[in-house]
Amino acid sequence: MLRFLIRRVLIALPTIILISIFVFALQKLLPGDPLLVLAGEERDPEVLEFLREKYRLNDPIPVQYLAWVGNALQGDLGTSLRTNQPVTELMAQKLPVTIQLAVMSIIFALMIGIPAGIISAVKKGTVTDYVANVVALSGRSVPNFWLGIMLILLVSVKWQLLPASGYVPLAEDAWQSIRTMLMPSFVLGTALAATMMRHTRSAMLGVLSADYVRTARAKGLSERVVILKHSFRNALTPIVTLTALLFGELIAGAVLTEQIFTIPGFGKLVVDAVFNRDYAVVQGIVLVTAVGFIFMNLLADMMYFVLNPRLREQ
Amino acid sequence: MNHFRTALVTAVVGATALTAAPSFAKDLRIALQSDADVLDPDQSRTFVGRIVYASLCDKLVDITPDLEIIPQLATAWETSSDGTKITMELREGVVFHDGTPFNAEAVAANIERSQTLDESRRKSELKSITSTDVTGEYQIVLNLAGPDATLIAQLADRAGMMVSPTAAAEAGADFGLNPVCSGAFKFEERVAQDKIVLSKFDDYWNADAIHFDSVTFLPIPDTTVRLANLQSGDIDMLERLNATDLTQAEADANIVVDSAVSLGYQAITFNIGNGEKGDNPWGNDKRLRQALSYAIDREALNQVVFEGAFAPGNQAFPPTSPWYNTALPVESADMDKAKALLAEAGYPDGLDLEVQVPNSTEPLAVMQVVQAMAAQAGINIKLTSKEFATLLADQSAGDYTASQIGWSGRVDPDGNNHPFVTTDGGINDSKFSDPKMDELLNAARVAPTTEERKAIYDEAKVIMLDELPRLFLYHVKWIWAYRDNMKGFTPYPDGMIRLENVTWEE
Repeated sequence: MLRFLIRRVLIALPTIILISIFVFALQKLLPGDPLLVLAGEERDPEVLEFLREKYRLNDPIPVQYLAWVGNALQGDLGTSLRTNQPVTELMAQKLPVTIQLAVMSIIFALMIGIPAGIISAVKKGTVTDYVANVVALSGRSVPNFWLGIMLILLVSVKWQLLPASGYVPLAEDAWQSIRTMLMPSFVLGTALAATMMRHTRSAMLGVLSADYVRTARAKGLSERVVILKHSFRNALTPIVTLTALLFGELIAGAVLTEQIFTIPGFGKLVVDAVFNRDYAVVQGIVLVTAVGFIFMNLLADMMYFVLNPRLREQ
Repeated sequence: MNHFRTALVTAVVGATALTAAPSFAKDLRIALQSDADVLDPDQSRTFVGRIVYASLCDKLVDITPDLEIIPQLATAWETSSDGTKITMELREGVVFHDGTPFNAEAVAANIERSQTLDESRRKSELKSITSTDVTGEYQIVLNLAGPDATLIAQLADRAGMMVSPTAAAEAGADFGLNPVCSGAFKFEERVAQDKIVLSKFDDYWNADAIHFDSVTFLPIPDTTVRLANLQSGDIDMLERLNATDLTQAEADANIVVDSAVSLGYQAITFNIGNGEKGDNPWGNDKRLRQALSYAIDREALNQVVFEGAFAPGNQAFPPTSPWYNTALPVESADMDKAKALLAEAGYPDGLDLEVQVPNSTEPLAVMQVVQAMAAQAGINIKLTSKEFATLLADQSAGDYTASQIGWSGRVDPDGNNHPFVTTDGGINDSKFSDPKMDELLNAARVAPTTEERKAIYDEAKVIMLDELPRLFLYHVKWIWAYRDNMKGFTPYPDGMIRLENVTWEE
């Protein structure tokens, strides 16, 4: 297993390097001069020239890239062109927010998606199956921003049950923190639940027709044990992969949801940074997200070993 | 004994009540449309940043809602007869948030910083100051290269904000990470895109007028969500309510709406002589630009896009401004005149005009209405929607024919005119050049009295409306909405939120 892990990490390295080159190049291809926005409405030529020098924008692009890599390897991801804050500090502020939102959304997605998937597999072709499908798919089809605004108008403005938007750190006030995150993670969770439900359903269908399930039924085991213990455990592998991938996606930020609920996470940070041509911030986030994504994949691979004893022996 | 104590307590309470808050202390939560940039008055560029400064950093002078200049940290000022020296008397007993005393030395250090810090965006605003003389603990003389009528108004904004010289020397260009000024509130904490927290500064010179323990600024970009937060009570105030949300806000009994016409404007800028693209029918013939202007019904535009909430305009100042030339009022559309002008210019069947427009809702809606109006006169407008950074780069490089863009506005009339339409103007993206205009706008900079300046601007407006390098459309109104517990808020045309004498009643 260790060898497997090392091999996976080594494969991941070139991926990360390629991503960083790609993103760096793409940003430079974007039209528009970041400094025209930065220099203020008056656009003083003297200030423009100074900033160009300071942020090395006069250097050839490969030189700029290598300078960035050199600093990044020493843990310095540069400073934001817009706020002068160090990028590492910006990300340290955002990462807990994004992770909390991702975890809570995944919990919602699992809570809705898995039971719905199991039920519609077991009751395949019946009205229950169709109802579960329609409910799950509408979660996916309803746009996040619409559902978000509707929830705010109902739950916060009309009923005054939850805060309309914003963010409270977990460490500061755990209860309030969870309350503010409930609506956004529900909105994200319902969208993911559909994918989760479809995958659970098809994995369960595959397992339910297997010989050992028939055997288990023949042994006279209760339907509950047959489904949850014998079938569901075997159907878990694709679900785990999917969960890990979805989690990786969530780390990259949920732009629309963050915007609506004004959650200061990665998504909002990266979108604002792209609009402001805040190169260092975009670059930093992409790097961290890529590493996060690869790490989640790795974690999913390791979960297979835990879940499937046969793999452990190989 | 008891009586004596009661009397004493009553006396003390009475004395405090006279000066202190009629309300109890509270954390005020204000939602902003976007996140501020760096919190250093010398480096800052954004409008929302200035809203934060209104509580954080005091300036040498301030303005009244009618744009008169009034004392803040400077208590009096006098310009020498030849206009080359301004002597300022400074307020005594003021300290910065770090305890550094405010005095003439501090002012000198601030002006030097604004002029010499490499990152400073204030250089052009203070260009006329050649040196300063500290002539007393609380007296400073600004030596000018020549008369400059615009300078005092510059000191009513970021160029006049005083930062602690001690903190500035220590932090250098990183000052914005932990700003230290002398305003009513001091900096506590900032989480990018989440909040900026300020807390009451106990040693503030005007502390009796401040009735909040702290102020939290929250960037909430979505206008619907901003209003929802106000309605649910999660925030106490918001800036820039959408004109189309006015009805909803006004219908809520717990919400008060206030507004003020801004100092700025929205316009269509033409490329007159900026690069190759300046050589186009629209840049070469003012009659075409006049035709477009006649084709636009500015009041209808305001009604359709903003439900009548904004102010139609045709000059660089709104009709409510003391600088507006009332002899040239906003006219309604005149299609016959528009068509006649087109025919005169050799386009009886109309012609095309490509206008670049920022890719956000409001400018697009505005230009679609203008497009429909222009079509009636035979002008076929093609809209090219661009993301703002790209639009600005193209405009500055001369890669455009016309551009829908605005200006946030300045207190002094010079800032709304000179940079755009004088031959060497710093942001003259039209590359408009007219000797008479140059002469007038340069003269307005040095004219000694307001009356003389007004007369010069009136004359310049006649040329402006005839040449139309910028075709003015409307003036935004700043719209604030707040909980009705908040009392004493005064709207200002600069869009700032001043918390002096604002109170909160439960």
